[in-house]
Amino acid sequence: MQNLFRSFLLTEIVKGFLLTLKYIFFMPKVTINYPYEKGPISPRFRGEHALRRYPNGEERCIACKLCEAICPALAITIEAEPREDGSRRTSRYDIDMTKCIYCGLCQEACPVDAIVEGPNFEFATETREELFYNKEKLLDNGDRWEAQIAANIAADAPYR
Amino acid sequence: MADVISKSHCENLEMANETQIRPFTMNFGPQHPAAHGVLRLVLEMEGEIVERADPHIGLLHRGTEKLIEHKTYTQALPYFDRLDYVAPMNQEHAFALAVEKLLRISVPKRGQYVRVLFCEIGRILNHILNITTFALDVGAITPALWGFEEREKGMEFYERVCGARLHANYFRPGGVSQDLPEGLLEDIEQWCKDLPAFLKDLDNLLTANRVFKQRTVDVGVVSREEALDWGFSGPMLRGSGIAWDLRKSQPYDSYEEFDFDVPVGKTGDCYARYLIRMEEMNQSISIMEQAIEKLRKTDGPVMVNDYKVAPPPRGEMKSSMEALIHHFKLFTEGYHVPAGEAYVPVEAPKGEFGVYLVADGTNRPYRCHIRAPGFAHLQAFDYMSKGHQLADAVAIIGSLDIVFGEIDR
Repeated sequence: MQNLFRSFLLTEIVKGFLLTLKYIFFMPKVTINYPYEKGPISPRFRGEHALRRYPNGEERCIACKLCEAICPALAITIEAEPREDGSRRTSRYDIDMTKCIYCGLCQEACPVDAIVEGPNFEFATETREELFYNKEKLLDNGDRWEAQIAANIAADAPYR
Repeated sequence: MADVISKSHCENLEMANETQIRPFTMNFGPQHPAAHGVLRLVLEMEGEIVERADPHIGLLHRGTEKLIEHKTYTQALPYFDRLDYVAPMNQEHAFALAVEKLLRISVPKRGQYVRVLFCEIGRILNHILNITTFALDVGAITPALWGFEEREKGMEFYERVCGARLHANYFRPGGVSQDLPEGLLEDIEQWCKDLPAFLKDLDNLLTANRVFKQRTVDVGVVSREEALDWGFSGPMLRGSGIAWDLRKSQPYDSYEEFDFDVPVGKTGDCYARYLIRMEEMNQSISIMEQAIEKLRKTDGPVMVNDYKVAPPPRGEMKSSMEALIHHFKLFTEGYHVPAGEAYVPVEAPKGEFGVYLVADGTNRPYRCHIRAPGFAHLQAFDYMSKGHQLADAVAIIGSLDIVFGEIDR
């Protein structure tokens, strides 16, 4: 009897529609207007790579090649030679962003916090070639994002 | 003789005038939205009825197992995120446990609880995606729209703990890579409180809904014996009435300390599997609450304190020469795993996910076989869909919970 009642009155369908109406009119909206509004990201976020500098402008990377060794996707290529002043620096630091799997092992490996995966995730390009980053591009990224990268590293330092 | 030929010729002509319905072959996928990835099905149809289904796999094959043979143990870990990309940490868990078994190390308690917590978040992520897309396949759009919102919250926790929403690289052999950041536990606890309301809404929309029931009840029935014969595991096996859960039968990472129930279905059809996934989410919430409680009480490291396996903390690495040497050694050569072999299964959301590792004493696995639950479930698809209509085949694929990352590997 109860079942008959239910099947004729479409109770579960009506209940479903009422629920949907509740979500439409009485629930706060959850969508964000993406290019203008962005969701929060944590200090640990692993986005676009950057090569950092010391505050005096000297590049941090000492060409120890740990990141090249650990990279599971073999995306990093480094060549090193002594600079004019005799210090050991990279003469070439390439990351193939199309190979990179954003695992974060390079920044874990780096003993001087030079290579980091920064907070930027909007680096889509129109051509493939633009994603073969060289040292100049990576240092440029580092200069652009330094403030936020430094803040993120400081925020996360107790856990590393 | 001549009449005989002309007579049969006439019959042939008459036959040709009639429309003949004979089994015809239909290609389903690999670009079909209901195929859940790159599944290509070759269906032999008798009208609307499926006579034989032939799943063609391999379109997402990336050679993970072979690649892992050429990577150190540390480098192999990110590949596991990319198997079942719906619940990445559960896959990492199996690999980490296998390496730990070979290394004969045990994870500190806090590390184990963190793992349990994130495994259960992974289970919820997986079941939300499966249930909502399953409902989408059988005609309900609303659950998918709401479900992705809750899923996004779960993935935000992933992002906060390890820096990536999906490809986590968080569970490491020996523990987890970093401790939980401040405030995360409170937020997860809040999510545990909010989630039941969402699950109730989902339940209201689907469980009693006549359309949903007509599409799922008595579709793709698998009996107890058949489920065992086909090598089912996880919700597929429990749907057929077998109370089997690896978290109960061979607890790993202190699952034995947690109090939870294993839902078991009676009918073995798509609807039973849906109900089990719904109840498993409630059980996962309860496990997460217990894990949060335990994490509050347990302090200490989340990673083994052995610099031969786990890299030293950054502060120490920068000040101590010995730690720096360990750091360099670990990130170039990696650690050597003693020769031996180990098979470690975990209860992934889809079923038994196992990693079989053969180590030869070097820094790389000699062989790494991955036992993906989806593969075993998909091979029963022909058996399950035989005699059903084409639209039911879609419902069966939805309830199989297949993800091609792990099937093709």
